Amino acid sequence: MSVFDYTTQPGFDLISETPNAGTTVDPKEVQLWFGPQHPGITGNMSVQLWLEGDTIKRGITHVGYLHRGFEKLMERRKFIQSFPIVCRMCVAEPDTTEYLLASSLEELSGLDQAVPEKGQWLRTLVMEMSRLQVTLMVMGGQVGTMGMGTAPNWTYTLRDFLLDSFEELTGGRVYHMYITYGGVRRDLTPGFAQRLEATLDRIEERLPYLDDLILNSAVFQQRTQGVSVVPAEWADELGITGPVLRAMGVARDTRRDYPYLKYPELDFKVCTATGSDIYARTQVRRAEIAESIHIIRQILQMMPQEGPYCAKLPNMLTWTIPAGSTYVRAESSRGEMGFVMVTDGSDTIRRVHLRGPSYTNAVTILERMLPGMNIADLSATMVSLQTCPPEIER
Amino acid sequence: MSLKNVIAPFSAWARAVQKPFTVPTAETFRPGADRYRGWHINDTEQCIGCGTCSDICQNSAIDMKPVDEPNKGDSGLRPLVDYGRCCWCALCVDVCPSGSLGLSSNYIWIDRDPDVFRYIPGVDRKEWDSDEKGWRKDDGFNLVDPDRVPMPMMMPVEDRVKTWAEVVLGYTEAEARAEAARCVECGLCVAACPAHMHIPDYIAAIRDGHYDVAVNHIYDNNPLPEMCGKVCTRRCEDVCSIGVNGDPLAIRWLKRFATEQFSDLSAVLSHEQPQIGTGKSVAVIGGGPGGLTTAFYLAVRGFKVTVFEALPQVGGATFFGIPKYRFPLGSLEKQIKLMTDWGVEIKTNHKVEPDEFKQLQQDYDAIYIGTGLLKPSSLRAEGEDLPGVMPAIEMLIDHHLGKTVEVGQHVVVVGGGNVAIDAARISRRLGAEVTIAYRRRLEDMPADYEEIEDAEAEGVHLMTQNIPLRVEQLPGGRLDFIWGPAEMISEGGGRPRPKLIEGIENHLAVDKVIVAIGQKPDLRWLPADVAEQISNSWGGITCDENGMTAAPGVFAGGDLVNSTADAISAIADGLKAVDGIINYLGLGTKP
Repeated sequence: MSVFDYTTQPGFDLISETPNAGTTVDPKEVQLWFGPQHPGITGNMSVQLWLEGDTIKRGITHVGYLHRGFEKLMERRKFIQSFPIVCRMCVAEPDTTEYLLASSLEELSGLDQAVPEKGQWLRTLVMEMSRLQVTLMVMGGQVGTMGMGTAPNWTYTLRDFLLDSFEELTGGRVYHMYITYGGVRRDLTPGFAQRLEATLDRIEERLPYLDDLILNSAVFQQRTQGVSVVPAEWADELGITGPVLRAMGVARDTRRDYPYLKYPELDFKVCTATGSDIYARTQVRRAEIAESIHIIRQILQMMPQEGPYCAKLPNMLTWTIPAGSTYVRAESSRGEMGFVMVTDGSDTIRRVHLRGPSYTNAVTILERMLPGMNIADLSATMVSLQTCPPEIER
Repeated sequence: MSLKNVIAPFSAWARAVQKPFTVPTAETFRPGADRYRGWHINDTEQCIGCGTCSDICQNSAIDMKPVDEPNKGDSGLRPLVDYGRCCWCALCVDVCPSGSLGLSSNYIWIDRDPDVFRYIPGVDRKEWDSDEKGWRKDDGFNLVDPDRVPMPMMMPVEDRVKTWAEVVLGYTEAEARAEAARCVECGLCVAACPAHMHIPDYIAAIRDGHYDVAVNHIYDNNPLPEMCGKVCTRRCEDVCSIGVNGDPLAIRWLKRFATEQFSDLSAVLSHEQPQIGTGKSVAVIGGGPGGLTTAFYLAVRGFKVTVFEALPQVGGATFFGIPKYRFPLGSLEKQIKLMTDWGVEIKTNHKVEPDEFKQLQQDYDAIYIGTGLLKPSSLRAEGEDLPGVMPAIEMLIDHHLGKTVEVGQHVVVVGGGNVAIDAARISRRLGAEVTIAYRRRLEDMPADYEEIEDAEAEGVHLMTQNIPLRVEQLPGGRLDFIWGPAEMISEGGGRPRPKLIEGIENHLAVDKVIVAIGQKPDLRWLPADVAEQISNSWGGITCDENGMTAAPGVFAGGDLVNSTADAISAIADGLKAVDGIINYLGLGTKP
């Protein structure tokens, strides 16, 4: 039996060109595993580090702790059975993947026009609510990595009030499983808009105080300004999207550049900052919180109160989709996410590939930035790049 | 960095005196939201055990387990949920055809024993069983399709009574495949079908466009599928899980579609039955569905089978009882041709007499009796022997043998079964005004509901709670049909009984009174000793579980044996007799 030799495979030469590969071991080096069990790590991944003192000489990221393989799971299930799976591709922000799955199936089945108006609005609403809650969480996480406790307590509390709204609307706080083929699964509950409005007011009232704790704090500024700068020339080379890109001053946003759902009808601006360091990325997130609140308020105003929220569905146990392929994209809080989907006329997906920003952020950018970084900045850097490891280990 | 930035974080101190938002869980139970997805609940009375929840569960967290007290018509199974696998996605709730399954808003459950987290909701009682809140099925989001593909019908309705052409036009290929795709393959229909046809299999084959495969599944246990596809009483559709909250699958129309795809059935059917009956011969007396079933499945197993039929055409009640606008003669002949092609010998116009029966017992290894019910039941009203009062069964036979049936201008048909509807719709086509007089309510009518709707659409007038009192001769050859109204009385647990309201007499002047209140067996053609040996109190025949009568080697089935009086039950009896005969002759696997 012949052994598979990956060194002869196309693309292997690219691996060996990475700055970490092929370096000789220095006797002064200390090898250290950062994660997978470390509160500073972003989810279920780890970074293998070689240190000299507290300076990182090089490092390699590792995933493989999830044991799932979403794409293969989805290829072995009926279309509707994939909905409870995709939400797990990013635990913190499940709605983007739910929308991508629903949207790509709708496009391939030729029924994308059948999604009712109200279903479209409700989708836009939960996606924006989701962006708001996850951005609050990352803001808290960002300062948490520097040992500050008060701001995370506040942001997580505010996020929990949003999760109450999610629970009311979707039946679940974290895994919403709400956006589905044809629309959404349930209608608005009576009085939902008022309660959500009250939560938005509460968040908005607290934002200036949060600014004092985070962006205006001298400690935070010292720890983040000029730290972990992502060079602008990497942007197109590595396909950087989301807040990491916008912190370079580049106003790119899938919601505006490739409009979907109800975003063309909404008034919002693409938030940017300059500096491309951790501070700039936090500035972008802080601006996006305000922008999301602004968007949600518009949605609550413009959304029709009556009408169906989901198209009439075929029998989901026998449903087949004609052969075809598509790429559908949406802006998550981390950047552009997309599904490449291929169907073959059967009742299962032939092949699906998730394009997520996490691979770029947590593997490519991070590994390039590691040499020379102080180990104390690693957690803050990883959070500022914002990753969901399940999205890498898909 | 300015001094302002150094001081800024200390603004948080202002909040040190505020109350925290967090709730201590151990002291305060925070209820779930109104549509929270918590532990499962199941209304076991509503649940039909179809297993669709188990099919859609992407974690395989749901197993169907037998329970002690199932409801009539359900599978006897109930879902068992394994919370080691469940992800609370609630697809099981949204797909549940009966709407019995739900999730409670309760989400806290602590136990040392991990095995308790597998339970049958509704059967293993839990404190949240009565929870009003939680995730429930919503009309706006249905994972199964409750709407049947409409069957194309001859239009406009007025034209139907001008012709004997088929009223139901049949699905197109696209319509049939769309209808077949609604099936959730629960299999409740298989249990409900007297012949236990392989319904989910052939529906799946139709859905995938493999019509030859479908026909082979259908011929597993029904040699008259085109007849059943057009006129079956379709008990399968009564139990269809989609029918609980929607239109049941059009199982009958799909079977019709599959068989109509092939003009020559022998080209698509596989002929791989074990040839076990070589050298053995069986006589089948009565060429109805039961007899033809016995004959066909014995013939394909190598038996020499002869069918004796008194009328000029086999088919029994499916020939003379079913009007041709529902079941054209060509459909019947196509199925009979397959039987003769595959070795069934048919002798028509051959009425078996007592002496001949004795001879048949000598000449054949086994005999199957399926002569059905031909003696009309009595109206038990004065004047029923007047000319112009005729039994429906005689009218139908005469009509189908091509004899002229005079119905005049106005006909009243007494009865509420399918025979009554057939007689009424035939009379409409013969040009008469038709009134149906039925003694119970409309919802009690045993006739197929679609038949009743079609009859009404064709201008048949329905009179319910109508008890015939007597028939009198009017001058000029017409008849006076005198009837009294009835009220419905509920006694005990049975269905309400009609009771005549005394003292009221209504008159209806008609040309003919057609009596369609059922038929009785007529065994006078049997030798007296055999008839006495095998007949029972109501004049029918009693059989054992193998379909054999008290006389060894004599089997029976159909309307003579069971009181359901439909073709599919006769086919089921025929299938039973096939196994019975094979075992009786020592050729089967049964000891």
